[in-house]
This record gives sequence, structure tokens and C-alpha cells, in this order.
Amino acid sequence: MADLAAAPPRAQHGWSIGWGDAGPFLALAALVLIGFLINPDFLSANNIANVVTRSAFIGIIAIGATFVISSGGLDLSVGSMAAFITGVMILVMNWAAPSVGTAAIPLGMAVALVTGIACGLLNGTIVTIGRIEPFIATLGTMGIFRALITYMTDGGTVAIDRSLRDAYRPVYFGDVLGVPIPILVSLAVALVAAYVLYRTRYGRRCVAVGANEDVARYSGISVARVRTMAFVIQGACVAIAAICYVPRLGAATPTTGLLWELQVITAVVIGGTALRGGRGRVWGTVAGAVILEFIANLMVLSDFVSEYLVAAVQGVIIIIAMLIQRMSKR
Amino acid sequence: MLRNALIAAGVTTALLAAGPASAAEKKTIAVSIPAADHGWTAGVVYHANAAAKEINKAFPDLEVIVKTSPSASAQVSAIEDLSATRKLDALVILPHSSEELTTPVKTIKEKGSFITVVDRGLNDPNIQDLYVAGDNIAVGFNTAKFLVEKMGGKGNLVVLRGIPTVIDDERIKGFQDGIKGSDLKILDIQYANWNSDEAFKLMQDYLAKYPQIDAVWANDDDMLLGVLEAIKQSGRKDIKFALGGNGMKEIIEKVMAGDAMTPVETPYPPSMIKTAIYLTAAHFAGHAPVRGSLKLDAPLITKANAAEYHFPDSPF
Repeated sequence: MADLAAAPPRAQHGWSIGWGDAGPFLALAALVLIGFLINPDFLSANNIANVVTRSAFIGIIAIGATFVISSGGLDLSVGSMAAFITGVMILVMNWAAPSVGTAAIPLGMAVALVTGIACGLLNGTIVTIGRIEPFIATLGTMGIFRALITYMTDGGTVAIDRSLRDAYRPVYFGDVLGVPIPILVSLAVALVAAYVLYRTRYGRRCVAVGANEDVARYSGISVARVRTMAFVIQGACVAIAAICYVPRLGAATPTTGLLWELQVITAVVIGGTALRGGRGRVWGTVAGAVILEFIANLMVLSDFVSEYLVAAVQGVIIIIAMLIQRMSKR
Repeated sequence: MLRNALIAAGVTTALLAAGPASAAEKKTIAVSIPAADHGWTAGVVYHANAAAKEINKAFPDLEVIVKTSPSASAQVSAIEDLSATRKLDALVILPHSSEELTTPVKTIKEKGSFITVVDRGLNDPNIQDLYVAGDNIAVGFNTAKFLVEKMGGKGNLVVLRGIPTVIDDERIKGFQDGIKGSDLKILDIQYANWNSDEAFKLMQDYLAKYPQIDAVWANDDDMLLGVLEAIKQSGRKDIKFALGGNGMKEIIEKVMAGDAMTPVETPYPPSMIKTAIYLTAAHFAGHAPVRGSLKLDAPLITKANAAEYHFPDSPF
């Protein structure tokens, strides 16, 4: 309830980052400092570019999840959905390549976006019209999407046509003025998302629904429509991530995007969005995704963690990052 | 009511009894394997189905049925259901896990079925009549020997390992034994969970951490795909070899094409399920003695023998 009272005034000055919201950035700064002390190579331009580029997929998906979670929902299907969209996209591009050549790439992107929005709409309507708990509804679609990608690949790999490979490669590996394209894409997505969440009526409704469903309903907000829209935004974000992902390895497999949903939820929560809804932080989410990728990178660059204990140390660092975030709010 | 129920039950029993009786001559071989959830198991499913089709066509007296299961508990249910509904003359099984499948398979054995175990052994080797497996130690060992020879016995290596399991441990152990006595040095070894994406990230980090890497070994081909992409992106020229293992068709095709960075491959072929099904069929159709153990070698696949390990239609 305190969140509900606090939400509207914050939304007024959503562009500036208040001290209370600095938590994830403080945690990120601390991590960068520790990383540099452990291994100076950590701050090499190459390493930073690699790691931030890698965080783009989780980051973009997590921006979508910020809407779903702040509206009081949850989407467990994003990892499977990413794999499914990747598979559909590659199949469409391979099918079109012989007749239209490299024009198959924009066609594939369009199909990916439509597929993503459709998947999001499916999740949204199951949750709102079907009145099924988001956890269960998306657990169901998670299994469905995962099975579909396994079916499309016969359990193996579906790879992008060789003739498209080189033309599409720059979308992951290319850069503009030295900034890798996936980073630019995630910045663009974050800018649009921040505008929508902080500056539009929809954004305020989204947070209001998450804070208190009943109050929102009595205020004349169509809770079902707001929630469904959040899932659609999530689907579109997953599609954008898939579009950047395909050129990296040029293939979809049944293990693509495995457990991404957990990383996405972790990134969102580290970023300061309340897991039970009512508060959304787009830039915090972006920082959260970068933090997660930095932690994994540090595990490899440092020498004092046994390969058997990496996951445990990562868990501890995530919890510490959460604590920094919490304490800075007081 | 009661009488009707009794009659119905009687009819059902009669039908059930008549089923196997009318096909008394026909021997049933059930094949229970994991569902296709990644490249290697997809290959297993492909080769099991191919074997079933070929044997059913070649030997009218044999019927091979293939069942896939997504988890160990589902596999237990699947073989219980199979043996409850018909008489199994043989069971060919690639167990999800040794512990959970041992007792259920033993129960089937006690009903008189011929048991063929593939790849992962059961906890009690007395259950199996025939055991077919690959050689994980040789996968690591032969790769290591190749590197020792080609690199003149010295250089810096990085290694990517899979998911913590016996299979992974054996491959790593074989590799470490293989480089013993040489000046090849393993700079780093980390888990990448047999996943291309994780291998891509790990290789990027290795490249950032070590200025001089002479060779990379990923103990599975899915990971090798990610490794190759990371090397390509970095533009680094110090890496002379990037090797994998398992026999994925994309990698075998590289070997066939005479790729400089990946000139060899070591097989841990999913087609071993086919070997096992054919041998089991020979027990019935050919009256040939097959009880025992068969360990398939993991010889180096080079340009010369790559065709033997290349299955263009298989998903793996």
C-alpha cells in the first residue's frame, strides 16, 4: 500500500534518477571496481563491449518483463518463447531465401515481431480472460513453446541458410561508431519503454494495477486490458531480442534460451522493480541485466573460484547486490 | 449390473489373452530411450527409429517398437506400461539415470526378457544380457594425443567442459591423461553445460583473459560451435586448433572439407543405439550369440574415414 502512495509522485519525474533508485547503479559501480582490482583486463574496451553486448538479450527481454511484473503479473515463458521465435524466424528466412535473396532478412524480422506479439497476446488472454494465475498460465505456455521448438528442429539444430549468414551477421557483430549494434538496440528499447512507463497514461495504469488491482478497477481502469497489453509488450521485446540473437550463432536448438526466464526475473528485481507489482524501474532493469553478465564474466576472469563453486559465488553476489539496492533505499 | 460387468470383464480378458496368442510367432523388441531434448539425444531417436523401420521390414517375425521419455520417472512408467500390456521378448534401454532405472529393468528381466543396456550402465551389471557403449575416456584421450603430436608437445590450452556428470568427468580425465608428460598446459577449465551460447560467452572471456591460446578443446560439438563463433569475432590468429567431440554432422562436414582449425573429430556416436538394436535382433532372428559387452572405439575421425560417421539426414 505504501508503494501505491509513493508511485504517482515518482512517476512525475521519471526521467531523472532519484537517490532512492540509485541502488542498482551503485551495485554495478561496486562490481566494476572489484572487477578492475581482480583483473585489470576486466576494463579493457574489448571485454566491456563483449559483456555489455551479451547482456542485450536478457536486458531487452527484462525490459518487457518490467511491464509484466510491475503490473502484478509474471511471465515464465520468455526463454522458451525466445527459442520458438528464433526457430520460426530461421525457418521463414530459409524458406524465402531462394526466391528473394537477402530480402528474406527483413521478412524474417517482421515475422518474428508478429510471432512475438501473438505469443504475448496468447499469454495475456490466458491470464486475463481465462483468469488463470500468471505463474501457471505461463508455465503452461513455457512447455508449449519449448516443445514446439524441439519439434521444429527434430531435437537437433535448425541453422540459418549460408547465403544469409554473412548479410545478417552485422546485426550482432557490427557496430556504429564503435558501439555494438545490440547495445544500441537495447538502449533504444529502454528509451521507448521508459517513456511509456513513466510518461504515458498506460504506464501509470500499469503500475496502478500492479499496486492494487481493486483500487485500479474502482478508478475505472480496465485491469484485463492493461495486463494483456503488458504481456504483448513482453512478447514484442522477446521478438526484438530474438532478432539480435539469431545472427550470433545462426541457429536455434531445443536448448536455446534455457532458463533465461530466471535471469530475466533476477535482472528485473535487482533493478528495483517490486516482484509483487506496483513499481517498475526500466533503467534499473538494464543495470540488473548488465550486473548479471558482469558477474559471470568476473567468475572466468578471476582465478580464485573453483569451477565447481562458480554458481554458489554467483548466488552470493546476487544476494549482496540486492542488499546494496535495499539499503540505498532507506 | 454385476453380471454385465462380469461379462464385460471376461470379454476384455479374452481379448487381451487372444492378442499375444494370435501373434505368438512374432517376437517383440521394445526400445526405451530419452526424448530428443538436445542434439545427441535427437540423434539417438533418429537412429532408433531408423533401426526399427529397417528391422521390421527385413525380419517379419520381429517387431521393434520405440518409446521416448522426457525424464527418468517417465521412462520408468513407460517400460512398466509396455511390459504390462504385452510380452516383451527383449528390452533395449538407454537409461536416463542409472539409479532410478535399475530396479524397474530388473523387474522386466525377471519376467524373462532379454535386456540390452546402452551407453549408461545400470547399478547392477548382472541385469544386462548385452551392454553397448562408447568410450568417453578415449574421446578425451585421443583428442589430447592428437594435440600433443601436432603441437610438438608444448602450448597453452583452454578447455570447456559440459554438465557435471560421469560422462563429462571421464572425457576430462582421458584428456588430462593424454597430455600427461608433455608440456601442453591447461590454462583454464570451466563448465559451459554443453550449450552453444554459454560456450560462446566462456570463449569470449577466455580470449579476454589470455593473450596467447594455442588450442581449445570443447568436450562436445554443440559447445564447439559457440567457440568457433567467438574466435571468428575476436579476429585472433594465435589459436591453431579448436576441437570438439561427439560427431555432430556440422563438425564432421568441416573435417571432410579439410578445415584447418578443426581437422579431426572424435566420435561418441548416437548411432550406438542402432548397433544395440541390430545385435538384439540378431539374437532372435539369426540365432547368433550376442551376450556380452561391446565398447565402441572412439578413433580419430579424419578426412579419410569421415564418411563412415556422417549421417546427412540425421538431426545431429
